[in-house]
Amino acid sequence: MSIQVSNISKRFGNFVALDKVSLDFPSGELVALLGPSGCGKTTLLRIIAGLEQADSGSVILEGEDASSTHVRERQVGFVFQHYALFKHMTVFENVAFGLRMKPRGQRPSDSVIADKVHQLLNLVQLDWLADRFPAQLSGGQRQRIALARALAVEPRVLLLDEPFGALDAKVRKELRRWLRKLHDELHITSIFVTHDQEEALEVADRIVLMDHGHVEQVGTPEQVYNQPATPFVYGFLGSVNLFHGRVDEGGLKVGDATVPHQQSNFANGAEVFAFARPHELDIVTDPAATKGLGAKVVRVLSFGVSSKVELDGSGSATGQHFEVELSQQEVQKLALQPGQLVRLLPSRLKLFERTHAG
Amino acid sequence: MSLPVSIPSSRARSVLPGFNLTLGYTLVYLSLIVLLPVAAVFLRTADLSFAEFLAVISKPALVASYKLSFGASLLAASINAVFGLLLAWALVRYSFPGKKIVDALVDLPFALPTAVAGISLATLYSKNGWLGAFFEGVLGIKIAFTPLGVLVALVFIGLPFVVRTLQPILEDLETELEEAAASLGASRWQTFVHVVLPVLTPALLTGFALAFARAVGEYGSVIFIAGNIPLVSEITPLLIITRLEQYDYTGATAIAVVMLVFSFVMLLLINGLQSWSARRTGRTL
Repeated sequence: MSIQVSNISKRFGNFVALDKVSLDFPSGELVALLGPSGCGKTTLLRIIAGLEQADSGSVILEGEDASSTHVRERQVGFVFQHYALFKHMTVFENVAFGLRMKPRGQRPSDSVIADKVHQLLNLVQLDWLADRFPAQLSGGQRQRIALARALAVEPRVLLLDEPFGALDAKVRKELRRWLRKLHDELHITSIFVTHDQEEALEVADRIVLMDHGHVEQVGTPEQVYNQPATPFVYGFLGSVNLFHGRVDEGGLKVGDATVPHQQSNFANGAEVFAFARPHELDIVTDPAATKGLGAKVVRVLSFGVSSKVELDGSGSATGQHFEVELSQQEVQKLALQPGQLVRLLPSRLKLFERTHAG
Repeated sequence: MSLPVSIPSSRARSVLPGFNLTLGYTLVYLSLIVLLPVAAVFLRTADLSFAEFLAVISKPALVASYKLSFGASLLAASINAVFGLLLAWALVRYSFPGKKIVDALVDLPFALPTAVAGISLATLYSKNGWLGAFFEGVLGIKIAFTPLGVLVALVFIGLPFVVRTLQPILEDLETELEEAAASLGASRWQTFVHVVLPVLTPALLTGFALAFARAVGEYGSVIFIAGNIPLVSEITPLLIITRLEQYDYTGATAIAVVMLVFSFVMLLLINGLQSWSARRTGRTL
């Protein structure tokens, strides 16, 4: 089922949680709402579910305006960060809850309910826990039960609010993959909220990036990662090195240092933010080099496939911190020592105009 | 280089020290304050032979008073359980002007001297009182000097127990649970019965037990409104006092033993009910 929200605004007192947000969630996709805490992503999810009322704007489910429909009638499955399982019921009863609460006329018989519950428990691979109570389960198991419970009423949409937020790193990774697999089997329109960019990039078909109640960018993981539309998106997805500079002939002036930069859509003299990912910076050890930013090596971290070099800016970049990613061979060739003065040359820069002096 | 290594003593060390001290203190204190007086009651009663004891405690006036005392107390505690829940719900869930005052008013039955409460209730519900005039004159229901009057007084003094035991539990109740129930299609009433009430049951039982225990032992606020008509509105504590005034100490303690045993059995039952409901929900006490 498709979901559209148009011009949704929501305030809590003086705090603007959502400011005229309009989005389109096509049928059958798994979409991530990604952003830092307080960006309005959870509020948006709760408004779509009907757990919260928007101050203005409308929620359209399958072409029908559902803004005034109660959460009971919206047929949405909602999964909470802290599971919200009913502690006094067994796993079986938790999953059966939605079916048992149906009006008498539509309520399936006990044997139909039992079949359905076991089928769902098999789907989440936890049928052997049917008689346990939630308190006896691990966090990952609880969340899978919560998902089975939400699926029991055959919702038209599945909404997940930071579903893996309360789990430890290893379980989280496992459940991520599992959720993706489950979605590929069920193809139910799903929206999940997360502040973990890796989670969003790995699981979602599409990502909606939000900040301060605004949508910053919507796109596939590749699009938002490779073609970030705003400095916020660039900074939020992965580590970055940031320079404040001015566009100049044949390059970028950062203080009194010059950084070469070819294609520029900016006029000479324009004030810009320049971003480079850690792997897009090269380290030049030649003391005679004149191009690039001065920096001092702080630490070399060599583990894994690539090495990480941490540097402090010197000269005009004093006070800034840089991170460079290099292959093991390159690091060995450079033989960097802590305290060594080097120059940083970006191989690729992404420029954004500085709209207001800041 | 050698480090000083302490040889583990034969006594296992606990992370929480002071077990011996606190347990010893608890036992001594409990013995002095509770067990000793209770034992004295039993000892004094033992002056009677069993046949004499039975004869003393089965007088018709006494049997009528047991029925009234325990019956009215159970009913009052049940009424308090229902309305205390409503009151606690309103106080926790909603904000309204004067909420703080209402919250403070709940404690009034605790704070008011029971005799003061008794006299004001008696005046209020008597034939000429504000409420009494309405009930008796318009509806024809006599409250003061009847068992109904006893019930009114017991409801009054038991109210804070249920409200105060429920309030913290209601405050901790996750709204997410109710949201989850609603998203699964449950109506408000279904959510209350199947999701909220089971969580509240243990606290509700505790409040009920406390209100009941208080009502059974209540004296001051009841005797004025009860009117103390033999076989109709005499409560058991009153009969104990009557015996004491006649210097019949053994008779008084014999009745006290009946009350003690009965109350103890009731509280045990309620406790059993509580642990059963806890076990049923997979929680361990």
